Amino acid sequence: MSSPPPVLGLEIDSVSKYYGDFPALRKIKLHIEPGSTLALLGRNGAGKTTLLRIVAGLSKASEGQVQIAGMDVREESTRRRIGVLGHGISLYDELSAAENLTFFARLYGLNDPVKLADQWLERVGLGRVRDGLVREFSRGMRQRLAVARAFIHEPQVLIFDEPFTALDDRAIAVLQSLLAEAHALDRTIIMSTHQLREALEIATHVALIQRGQLVFSGERTQQMVDDTGWLYRAYGEN
Amino acid sequence: MRVFWQGAWAVAQKDLRSEVRTKEAFNASFSFSLVILVLFSFAFDPTSEELHSISGGLLWVVFSFAGALILNRSFARELQNDCLDALVSAPIPASALFVGKTLANYALLLLVEIAALAVFAVLYDTHFSKQLWPIVLVILLGTWGMTVIGTMFSALTVNLRMREMMLPTLVYPMLIPALMAAMTLTNDLMSGTALGPGNTIWLRVLTGFDLIYTVLAVVFIDIVLVG
Repeated sequence: MSSPPPVLGLEIDSVSKYYGDFPALRKIKLHIEPGSTLALLGRNGAGKTTLLRIVAGLSKASEGQVQIAGMDVREESTRRRIGVLGHGISLYDELSAAENLTFFARLYGLNDPVKLADQWLERVGLGRVRDGLVREFSRGMRQRLAVARAFIHEPQVLIFDEPFTALDDRAIAVLQSLLAEAHALDRTIIMSTHQLREALEIATHVALIQRGQLVFSGERTQQMVDDTGWLYRAYGEN
Repeated sequence: MRVFWQGAWAVAQKDLRSEVRTKEAFNASFSFSLVILVLFSFAFDPTSEELHSISGGLLWVVFSFAGALILNRSFARELQNDCLDALVSAPIPASALFVGKTLANYALLLLVEIAALAVFAVLYDTHFSKQLWPIVLVILLGTWGMTVIGTMFSALTVNLRMREMMLPTLVYPMLIPALMAAMTLTNDLMSGTALGPGNTIWLRVLTGFDLIYTVLAVVFIDIVLVG
């Protein structure tokens, strides 16, 4: 019997990012405990997406570094453990649902990618349209497929950028159940969001970014859940 | 190494499958080649000796302009739905992604070139049979150089607003040595001169060009894609 995968934490060490002279992030320092779920909050343009892109290894920090279990995020072995769901669905319109998932399963070097793709299609309720082209799918179906794409390699660290935005009810239900399952398996989750209620319900920790600076980080409290605007009033801009 | 080739092959297969479904790049590229070849067939006497001395130039101008249409789409097609992010975050080396894309572009460009050569043979009354294999060798080497540089610059310009204009502007000056070698060799071979001491220097230039730029592209692609 194989041992369960190790639980991985995340270390963001004095990360800054400049676009020309403009500081998008300034000395962000954050430790994310293994198995915790961090809700990354902040207004539009605060720097959440920039930070998540650096954490996901999609962009390089101008200063500082991000490590997952002590290893750089751009290491191939680290990328294998990360699942990313960004603003776009990251799927090919001209490929079928099964072809998309099989392609990504192959990129992750997974065994039997076709079978795995079929299993995930069933899991997100798209089994009957496995051979349908993504361009013919409704928005909700595309989003469910994107969720399957992010989870197919069973990542130990999940990085989601506004995962609930523009999802339909069914896609939200699929995502919430997968996130709950991931949390139960002690996966580390970091997600930026404007949907405070959904995020705070599942978050164990909260961080607030304001104009590229971390102004709050800590455990989620009941006060935050009961009054979702409290954090912004206490630490954010009015 | 297995991960590298598995990733590269998956990317190449995916690109070719997408192209077979849409035929966007092939149709644009082949139509362009056809128009140029037909127009030039009116400008030159197809039976003249003069044609042999310019056939290399004409063919490689067609190949390189048609190639730009294919290469422009290479990384641009990854922008739709932010697919590039998913590729870059996948655990394959950036060089595997590059090699996969280059192989797909190479296959596609060779297909366009074969079709264009058939049209060229008919319109310009040309016979390749005398020097067929050397011509094939020159086309394979010249096309590889063009594809490697084009794919690299397609990655470099993918986030630019004016990428359709920037790619040819950046690529053609870089391609001058390869195009010069390919044109000279093609002229020689078309006029019946075999590869020999007089022209193998150009074959060496072409081979050296391909090797140098393939190594450079593979080494620097990670910086180009992630910064």
